[in-house]
Amino acid sequence: MSDKLHLDRASLHQLYRQMLRIRNFEARCVELYQAQQIRGFLHLYDGQEAVAVGVTSALRDGDAVLATYREHGHALAKGVPMDTLMAEMLGKQQGCCRGRGGSMHIFDQPRRFYGGNAIVGGGLPLAVGIAMADQQLRPGAVTVCFFGEGAVAEGAFHESLNLAALWRLPLLFVCENNLYAMGVPLAESDAQPEVYRKAEAYRVTAAQVDGMDPVQVAAAASLAIAELRAGHGPWLLECRTYRYRAHSMFDTQAYRSKDEVEQWRQQDPIARLQQWLLANQQISPEEVGRIDADIRAEIDAAVAFAEAGTPEPLAELTRFVLMDSVVQEQAP
Amino acid sequence: MSRITYREACRQAIRAALLADPRCFVMGEDVGRYGGCYAVTKGLLEEFGPQRIRDTPLAENGIAGAGVGAALAGLRPIVEIMTCNFSLLALDQIMNNAASLSHMSGGQFAVPLVIRMATGGGRQLAAQHSHSLEGWYAHIPGLKVLVPATVEDARHMLAAALADPNPVLIFEHIVLYNAEGELDDTVTAVDIAHAKVRRSGSDISLVSYGNSLPKCLAAAEQLAGEGIQADVIDLRVLRPLDGATIIESVRRTHRCLIVDEGWRSGSISAEIAARLADEALYELDAPVRRVCSAEVPVPYAAQMEAAALPQVADIVAAARALLRPAG
Ligand SMILES: Cc1ncc(C[n+]2csc(CCOP(=O)(O)OP(=O)(O)O)c2C)c(N)n1
Repeated sequence: MSDKLHLDRASLHQLYRQMLRIRNFEARCVELYQAQQIRGFLHLYDGQEAVAVGVTSALRDGDAVLATYREHGHALAKGVPMDTLMAEMLGKQQGCCRGRGGSMHIFDQPRRFYGGNAIVGGGLPLAVGIAMADQQLRPGAVTVCFFGEGAVAEGAFHESLNLAALWRLPLLFVCENNLYAMGVPLAESDAQPEVYRKAEAYRVTAAQVDGMDPVQVAAAASLAIAELRAGHGPWLLECRTYRYRAHSMFDTQAYRSKDEVEQWRQQDPIARLQQWLLANQQISPEEVGRIDADIRAEIDAAVAFAEAGTPEPLAELTRFVLMDSVVQEQAP
Repeated sequence: MSRITYREACRQAIRAALLADPRCFVMGEDVGRYGGCYAVTKGLLEEFGPQRIRDTPLAENGIAGAGVGAALAGLRPIVEIMTCNFSLLALDQIMNNAASLSHMSGGQFAVPLVIRMATGGGRQLAAQHSHSLEGWYAHIPGLKVLVPATVEDARHMLAAALADPNPVLIFEHIVLYNAEGELDDTVTAVDIAHAKVRRSGSDISLVSYGNSLPKCLAAAEQLAGEGIQADVIDLRVLRPLDGATIIESVRRTHRCLIVDEGWRSGSISAEIAARLADEALYELDAPVRRVCSAEVPVPYAAQMEAAALPQVADIVAAARALLRPAG
């Protein structure tokens, strides 16, 4: 693995563990989807794990994160507990959103995870506002907003970059460029397919990194976030990555070749990091086995928690449409 | 008592809110140096500085969304959108985020955001600056929709909106900005839950809001000269709609005429008529009638614009017809 950042053994293990947690969590979600326990749309993060894990490794607890409908990985990496996440996937009362959000709308107030947004580009203006408030109320805190390259064609992207730059907000835009927006290849949606170059028009500092390499992502994110904390924001990181599976659970994938998918799988961030760690004696086979077992146990427990969950009583259907108080400001 | 304009009442409300709460700020296009496109925020930049009177670029969706985010993270934004026609560019953020986040997150977040915008026609601004879209917004669960028609409501509704943990939209009618009224200095707060009877009468209920209220009051005056006593209801809040006050009035008058500057089809007036049919049909001695805007984009030329919008004469004629059906 290419790395300029000097990560210690524990940090490398953490990158590995988090990516594997996400991968295996979602693999279980697929089974639950096939068993019709998870319904609706299910957008998998399979292949892109290095992005969420690399970026969040540079964050602190008080930082804010926003993502898209493909957000299970970001939620887990930001510390959203797997059991309430899984319960939400199953639409249970014990889910983080009490069954109202589902896979595409995961929220976790204590961890400052502001969703889950199923409107392409919908999270970017929110991130601007959160960063604005933090600039005033929580100096030093940063906001990270993840989105796909499809969102770059939306007006919300351009409005948000401009606002963030005008107001020098502590906001990191992370474009996860997986080369396809549903079936539309990048080159057909953007006249300028080098996404990071768009930032220059807004005087937003930008970099392009290999999104299949968690160490590179972590290095770039650490640099950017240190700059943001020092008041030199905003930044944009374009992470070149790939989703191995369909856009949602099923599509024909007529828009790309099997060979292309196979080539990207060869660069799998999890397999490569594991090989590198083993080859460099940074991890022992026993430790690999233990991490695997820990994750399996965590997922089993989350599924058991979710399956034991109860449906939200229908008498609660309209609860939270209007709120009685500003809950997020009560002390946790 | 002091005599002030509706515009000045709006301005005083914003100033008071900024003085009362350091978390409160105004953001919008031309709210600062220009003083607001309808001059509502004039002078506030000088008093409060650019952090709290924040001029923004032309980016309605971005600004509305930034307002939602700022509210989520602890501020109390007042977002100004120049007119409700332009709010269509922000509809995504208003509907998909502001109105939905609390419920979608299972009650983990409230969105204490206020969005003010100008609405309505009557100043020959033609189709892209004259529409009344508050009825559309009243369709959306998760929002509150206020339509101040008096200087008292213009002065005091904002504080109630800011104190509310939910996203509140305030529609200020462009024709009312220059209207003058008496402000009772002993009134220091108003609710944002109830309609109000602005004139009492026992023969017919005239139900309206915004700039249709003064038209209804003028019509009631004329009708009184003919011996018809109108009960005039100012809705004040379109969502949640105070059906009880409307029905209570109809129980007394047994006739109802709704006056709404929105288009008739699929409008708030249609909603009120449906509620009366549901809940007060047997109180009615005559069909519910409506005076609404003609179903055209509001035109520019004076005579066409006047014909397109509800006028006092239309209200008087419709009320008369309800009470004294021909034949
Ligand atoms: C405003 C909007 N338009 C269209 C869609 C339908 N849609 C959902 S995902 C998607 C593709 C987005 O691609 P990208 O931003 O690259 O993210 P990815 O799915 O690759 O993670 C589209 C068109 C939507 N959800 N929202």
